[in-house]
Amino acid sequence: MASINIQIEKCIGCKICIGSCPFGAIKVEDKKAQILENCTMCGACVSSCKFEAIDFKKDEVAYSYDLASYKGVWVFGEQVGGTPANVAFELLGEGRKLADNLNVQLSAVLFGDNVEEAARTLISYGADNVYMVDHPTLKLYNDEAYSDIFVQLIQKYKPEIVLLGATTYGRSLAPRVSSRLNTGLTADCTSLEIDPDKKILLQTRPAFGGNLMATIICPNHRPQMSTVRPKVMKAMEPDKSRVGKIIRADVNIPEVVSVKVVNVVNNLCEMVNLTEADIIVSAGRGIGDPKNISLVEELAKTLGAAVGASRAVVDSGWIEYSHQVGQTGKTVGPKVYFACGISGAVQHLAGMSSSDTIIAINKNPDAPIFKIATFGIVGDVLEVLPALISEFKSRLG
Amino acid sequence: MNKLNIIVCVKQVPGTNEVKMNKETNTIIREGVEAIINPFDTYALEEGLRIKDKTSGKVTVMSMGIPTVADLLKETIALGADETVLLSDRAFAGADTLATSYALSMGIKKLGSYDLIICGKQATDGDTAQVGPSLAEKLKIPHSTYIRKIEEIREGYIRCQRMTEDGYEVIEMSLPAVITVVKEINEPRLPSIKGMMRAKKANVTVWTADDINADKNLCGLRGSPTQVVKTFVPVHEVQSEMLEGTPQEQAKSLVDKMINMQFKTCK
Repeated sequence: MASINIQIEKCIGCKICIGSCPFGAIKVEDKKAQILENCTMCGACVSSCKFEAIDFKKDEVAYSYDLASYKGVWVFGEQVGGTPANVAFELLGEGRKLADNLNVQLSAVLFGDNVEEAARTLISYGADNVYMVDHPTLKLYNDEAYSDIFVQLIQKYKPEIVLLGATTYGRSLAPRVSSRLNTGLTADCTSLEIDPDKKILLQTRPAFGGNLMATIICPNHRPQMSTVRPKVMKAMEPDKSRVGKIIRADVNIPEVVSVKVVNVVNNLCEMVNLTEADIIVSAGRGIGDPKNISLVEELAKTLGAAVGASRAVVDSGWIEYSHQVGQTGKTVGPKVYFACGISGAVQHLAGMSSSDTIIAINKNPDAPIFKIATFGIVGDVLEVLPALISEFKSRLG
Repeated sequence: MNKLNIIVCVKQVPGTNEVKMNKETNTIIREGVEAIINPFDTYALEEGLRIKDKTSGKVTVMSMGIPTVADLLKETIALGADETVLLSDRAFAGADTLATSYALSMGIKKLGSYDLIICGKQATDGDTAQVGPSLAEKLKIPHSTYIRKIEEIREGYIRCQRMTEDGYEVIEMSLPAVITVVKEINEPRLPSIKGMMRAKKANVTVWTADDINADKNLCGLRGSPTQVVKTFVPVHEVQSEMLEGTPQEQAKSLVDKMINMQFKTCK
């Protein structure tokens, strides 16, 4: 079994390791460090010790994988109604870099009904191949059918890397697939790189509500799988003249499935989908009263933006949960984010800090939101919002 | 209606509101941070209890973690859970989501028959949302995620609403199955006095890897394909610019700046 031990004779009790532990699993007593029971053996402390007093023994894993037989980078071409999701294009942009670095091909995987047009679109965004399964039963996303086919394709073609969007469907499909393949999966990556020596995927993701970043590898299992949140990676400009291969993949489509989508209700069609929005106007407790949501909505309407909200506003019942931005709500990354009367609790920041431009309006000049804001306006939201609405209307209307 | 057996999976997480940074060492201060049940799992428990109330079924709560998690499991008894099981063993330490799902699946197999497994949509420390679907796969049963409402449940059948980016879908599944729930699904109850008394006397069943016949090669760090190689604190370097003046002046200078940045509305 793996073990982690303090070499007592080397430890001087400097306590530096305590801070390096994300789990609070080290204490120092009598000037000697001790590893506590809640240690998860993540190994984060090892490099923090300047005296090499932390001894981390990993297991030698016996694996039967022929790692070298896995080649190529795959991207899940999520689509709804035959239109690929933007995150698929973003993943192709990122996947292109990884594939070029590894000198392998980039392929998209596409399931649906009548999706040949979508396949060509995926090629224009950078895919060398599209593994397409075009069948009426695959029209709507289905966890059971999609995961079954995806696993068949991976087993047949053996890609070394598989990327999926961290969308509702991607976050459901990816763990189902990785679990059946008994391989690793890293959720919500914000950066992907290839280790120059080992040629493996370095997956970096936020943990603890964005307070800590962790780089994760999957060294002995294939494929290496990651999900990536929408709006994190950059898509390439589509090029209709790009040439790629559409491969009608030969798979067994499961005939009987125990999951069925019986109805689809798009009740958010009036407003822009938050996670895909380019501009978001969000309301916080500072708006004071539920009736003032209308001011936020008016600015949003003026700009063609989506309406977001802090947890406080949702918990007070002023707006529906589907609008909530933050750790327990949606993660967004628009070009412009207006935080109206939001103080900026760390959980809220975790959901929006990757926005390109952040505009914060708050009464309190010390509100944490100003620390990450591109532009800060100290003032009463109820006075600033009407001024902003009329200014935007007259100048950009 | 037939009695339904519900299993709720919960995880111990740090009470995240307490996360503070040590500015000198740039690390998270973890001392004195209380441990809580993952907030999303409390909605899972509540939903299980509601099904129990309706069908006079049974709710079993299962967790994997260090021995002190037993205290948190007692809280679930105070709320109405009938039985609690803690999977605790050094062999489980360092588990990623795959090894965690494996251990939970072995624990659940030992429990015997069940109709529905409910998990929170994700845990607030890791935010991966992977254990629910991965667990369903290990048990070879269907799953659905982000459930915001159970419309109907009976032996062998569930119809529920899954939140999507654009609204929701109505999904039918055969049981047994796994669902993961969002907080919109309900409002968790508070413990009753009677429940608290019961919790005091209650025993939490603790099972080791051997108790659940788990293959130790598939547990904990050894059974985890993913490894953390580095952790670091992200640097947010933002040059903030404060806009002064009356609200009208502030609004004007913001719009000036945004026009300078080639800002376009999305209309």
